[in-house]
Amino acid sequence: MISPKSVLTLIGGAVASTVLLAGNPTQVGFVYVSPVGDAGWTYQHDLGRKEMEKALGGQVTTKFVENVPEGADAERVIRNLITGGANIVFTTSFGYMNPTEKVSRAFPDKFFFHATGYKTGKNMGVYNARFYEGRYLCGVIAGKMTKSNVAGYVAAFPIPEVLQGINAFTQGMRSVNPKAEVRVIWVNAWFDPGKEREAALTLISQGADMITHHTDSTAVVQAAEEKHKANKNIYAFSYHSDMSKYGPTAQLTGTTHLWGDFYTKVVKEVMAGTWKGTNLWGGFKEGMIKLAPLNPAIPADVKALVEKEQKEIAGGKRHPFAGPVVAQDGKEKVAKGKNMTDAELGSMDYYVQGVASTLPKK
Amino acid sequence: MQPSLLSAVIFATLVAGTPLIITALGELVTEKSGVLNLGAEGIMSIGAVAAFAVTVHTGSPLLGVLAGMGAGMAMGLIFAVASLTFMANQVASGLALSIFGVGLAAFIGKPYESQALPSREAINVPLLHKIPVLGHAFFEHQALVYFSWALLAAVAWFLYRSRTGLVLRAVGEAPVAAHSVGYNVVRIRYMAVLFGGAMAGVGGAFLSVFYTPLWVEGMVAGRGWISLALVVFATWRPMRVMIGAYLFGGAMITQMFVQGSGIHLNIPAQFLSALPYAATVIVLVLISRNKNTIRLNSPASLGQPFSPEA
Repeated sequence: MISPKSVLTLIGGAVASTVLLAGNPTQVGFVYVSPVGDAGWTYQHDLGRKEMEKALGGQVTTKFVENVPEGADAERVIRNLITGGANIVFTTSFGYMNPTEKVSRAFPDKFFFHATGYKTGKNMGVYNARFYEGRYLCGVIAGKMTKSNVAGYVAAFPIPEVLQGINAFTQGMRSVNPKAEVRVIWVNAWFDPGKEREAALTLISQGADMITHHTDSTAVVQAAEEKHKANKNIYAFSYHSDMSKYGPTAQLTGTTHLWGDFYTKVVKEVMAGTWKGTNLWGGFKEGMIKLAPLNPAIPADVKALVEKEQKEIAGGKRHPFAGPVVAQDGKEKVAKGKNMTDAELGSMDYYVQGVASTLPKK
Repeated sequence: MQPSLLSAVIFATLVAGTPLIITALGELVTEKSGVLNLGAEGIMSIGAVAAFAVTVHTGSPLLGVLAGMGAGMAMGLIFAVASLTFMANQVASGLALSIFGVGLAAFIGKPYESQALPSREAINVPLLHKIPVLGHAFFEHQALVYFSWALLAAVAWFLYRSRTGLVLRAVGEAPVAAHSVGYNVVRIRYMAVLFGGAMAGVGGAFLSVFYTPLWVEGMVAGRGWISLALVVFATWRPMRVMIGAYLFGGAMITQMFVQGSGIHLNIPAQFLSALPYAATVIVLVLISRNKNTIRLNSPASLGQPFSPEA
């Protein structure tokens, strides 16, 4: 039997799993929307935190609070981090934008960085990554490797960031395989392994052989791995993290996020007093995204093509949404010879041609 | 619909419904004895993490499921001590158990988050699984799917055909009367709560060892609450619990097949996602709308504490 005291300790440990270190160095706080876990959005941010801590040696200490709900509770957590001694706070989910801004105005001598939002201030920066660049390359691989010409996409919510991924994947796939189509299942949840798995299996049973996802668990890659055993044509692309542990043979590659260099750079700037504001949306060029190791099943010519196109994207010579970009209903969104602007990317609310599903209405 | 597609839809429906059936049937027995245990979500989480951990260490899914069952019973015991011995409010104790269970499971599960279990081979029922279309749909499942059917038969037989089941229902209907003819109400309720906990633990074990063979915090994702709702909407009748669970699973799978088919439909996906909940509630309310049967089947003393001394 567990004693009441140890139960209390357990609860305490589970609720406030924060890392606390003492000393004089600059303290950097992180607010995470979900548990760190072993893969996914928050896991990548935590890898970035650890890298930054390592790179800056004894100059910084870090502290994180995980599983913080978006909304009013976030403000309390951010304030607590500041009053607990943090000079810099990174808030890593869209819903933290307003609380972050509010606290940043209350503490003008501290520094705040918010991921994926759009509000900035004298002491508040914003950062995000061009995940769609990686999606495009995954699409290229899918287009080359598909036998059924159908890809399946398990998606969470129809917001611009998710649509950018679906559309970039489709653009990439169709750039090498005009017959290909992408089917989307919305599970209306960021995290429900059971539903994600069912959606992946549904897509596979309906003929999709290239599976990817924009949800938070590893269930989709795992489901593809299971089906790969019976049908060697079935492959998956991971998202957020390298999930090859869950799909050693089925995962072809995946779009992974790398925040470490950015965190190191910006914390250095703040400590040196040279920080002049951040509004960074980085991709391959800035090293904020990377493809997971390529599966040996990918033929050499496809591998070479992907490496070439990745260089072109990083060098600005290729854009996943280079015109002509045509929406599903036939309307031209970007004219030939032009690239989609960041503002247009940020307000994406349509499917491009090649997506075979219907977009949920607003 | 193509036969292979129909087969796939039925197959996925049965799998999706299984954890709900096992958990809900356990809860049904608990509630029939007059105890409302709202802790299913927490118990399932604990069952899932215990089963996963034991399967990782021993490599045996059977031991894993047994561990999930044991952990579920331990959770049931906590609830029983609080609400039956100390007569704490059942609703409050149940809710507390849910929150506690989810948090404790996350804590225990930390070291297991990086591990994955191999997916389990299905057990094919000899001969029957060769029937075209239906063979794959019904007879190529994991053991716990068959277990859920056996459980339904056992619970229905126990409640309506066995003497002990009659006593249990009497305790749920009129604990004072049952007490006055010499039955130990508290002990019977203890047993019912432990059974409910054990089944919720097995439901959780199904999720982490068979359904998605991994452990992550929050993976039960509301299935405990859905099971609780199923019991009420099925008006405490075992067969309807199963119908409700399959309806829920079926609606979820069907809407996914519709989305994944690439057919152009002008239905918002959010509506499709809400459909399983709506369909289950509507159908169960319709088939159970007779006021008399509701009165007959709902345990009269549900949620009320009983003290033999009073």
